[in-house]
Amino acid sequence: MSNLIKGKKHDWETVIGLEIHAQVKSNSKLFSNSSTAFGSKPNSQVSLVDAAMPGMLPVINRYCIEQAVKTGIGLKAKINNYSVFDRKNYFYADLPQGYQISQYKHPIVGEGKVIIDFKDGSSKDIRIVRLHLEQDAGKSLHDQNPTKTYVDLNRSGVALMEIVSEPDIRSADEAGLYISKIRSILMYLDTCDGNMQEGSLRADVNISVRKPGDEYGTRCEIKNLNSIKFIKQAINYEVKRQIEVLEDGGVIEQNTLLFNTSTGKTRPMRSKEEAHDYRYFPDPDLLPLEIDLEDINKLKKTIPELPDDRKKRYVDDYNLSNYDASVLTADKSVSDYFDTVIKSDKKLKESSKIVVNWITSELFSLLNEKNIEINNSPITPENLGRLIKFIKEDIISGKIAKEVLLEMFNTKLNPQKIIEQKGLKQVTDTSEIEIIVDEVLKENQKMVDQYLSGKDKLLGFFVGQSMKKSKGKANPKILNQILKIKLSKKK
Amino acid sequence: MKLDTNTINKIAKLARIRLSEEEAKDLLKDMNSILDWVEQLNEVNTDSVAPLANISSSTLPQRKDEAKDINSTDEILKNSPDKLEGYFAVPKVVE
Repeated sequence: MSNLIKGKKHDWETVIGLEIHAQVKSNSKLFSNSSTAFGSKPNSQVSLVDAAMPGMLPVINRYCIEQAVKTGIGLKAKINNYSVFDRKNYFYADLPQGYQISQYKHPIVGEGKVIIDFKDGSSKDIRIVRLHLEQDAGKSLHDQNPTKTYVDLNRSGVALMEIVSEPDIRSADEAGLYISKIRSILMYLDTCDGNMQEGSLRADVNISVRKPGDEYGTRCEIKNLNSIKFIKQAINYEVKRQIEVLEDGGVIEQNTLLFNTSTGKTRPMRSKEEAHDYRYFPDPDLLPLEIDLEDINKLKKTIPELPDDRKKRYVDDYNLSNYDASVLTADKSVSDYFDTVIKSDKKLKESSKIVVNWITSELFSLLNEKNIEINNSPITPENLGRLIKFIKEDIISGKIAKEVLLEMFNTKLNPQKIIEQKGLKQVTDTSEIEIIVDEVLKENQKMVDQYLSGKDKLLGFFVGQSMKKSKGKANPKILNQILKIKLSKKK
Repeated sequence: MKLDTNTINKIAKLARIRLSEEEAKDLLKDMNSILDWVEQLNEVNTDSVAPLANISSSTLPQRKDEAKDINSTDEILKNSPDKLEGYFAVPKVVE
């Protein structure tokens, strides 16, 4: 798959690296015991530590350390036994300390990698440079008042994991796949809730373009994107802009950009009159963080089956394609649902592809329509399993099954009950079907004549009419056979 | 190492401190003498010594992940010269 972009004189290659900020799913903040709950009353979860009152000292949350280590293991990364917290100094209204406690030279997690999967079944490694722990800042509202900014410090001090990738990404689509994959790994590990809307997961995107084979071009950084759609839009816009500048003989200025979600354009941040000088230094309030091997091994044992392992299991055990398996495993709750369906009956293992289709097309469309999450599906995995078994056993046709599924969705009843109540059981009794076919042929004498004179396509018409008469209950295979036999007898 | 006035002014700007020319001159003198004093450390050979992050030899104290309900809004805003509906109000930050 080529990601090159056609230019006036030569092709262009896009080079992208991502810094993902993932909020650690914890009850309390990284260095204080105030709550991390989202959507609370402004400034109601701000301890004196979070407000940086004089004399307050940070005490680290052990659980947050463990979550970072688990995430590192999930990213197949090196866990560093020794890491250091540094102060990153900058001045901003929603940063009461005047510095963010972060990790600079010695992050808690080192190099790792994630695999992204493409539609054509191929895949690619994206290398991870590091993961470090840091504090989140407060939230500023700029658009409420023409002369004022309003600040809420509830988020101030919440633990973030910053996950930095190598510039291995080559297109907006790859960037989308990469962040989806990271999100999925975090959600399997349960170390971050992955909620992009609430800002639990957001990304800064570094972009440059170059002639293939050349050195990296000058990059720009787009700050704080909180949806996969916006990430792709912002990349596509920025790449086009950079190519235009370069083709017109200009140079790219290294800049920090903001993406305007309503216009779909990027623009430089105005507040950046002076290049940032963060003056990192080890935070004297915090000792270095040492993690012993025993603790790491203990945490390794708590790592659940991750998307890549699950994908491999689906390909090996259920014969699913690499892509089907990656789509299914992307969302843990979907994948859990699938597993429960398959495990509900031994016979369903050989019908795994059918199970996938029923989940991803029929069930999804019902759930989407009512905006229901799959974990709250009114159709339990066991009941979906039963329904699929009925199709396999020719008790109902696929078409009737869709009707039953809708009824299951609305009433939460099991499929057996619905089929009995509504008398939907498929007619496999040949004599019953023969009667129907005879009636149809009798009522449509003209069509029969046309068929006999060579209009073969009319067979479909007779099937349709007979099916209608049986109220959709005739077994299609048997119906077809009987029709063909009866018609050939008339020749 | 010798600082110049530009560096002093840059540090002042980063620290959000306004300095008069006079003050900058005084600080330049002070800071240079501090740096000179610290530079004596260069006389020690530290080639095989790892950088020290902290002088304490104890380990990082850690706490359990327990959240306390503090409902801090009123107390935390007490010293704020300007506020609105639970928010700090500050001069507009332009982005």
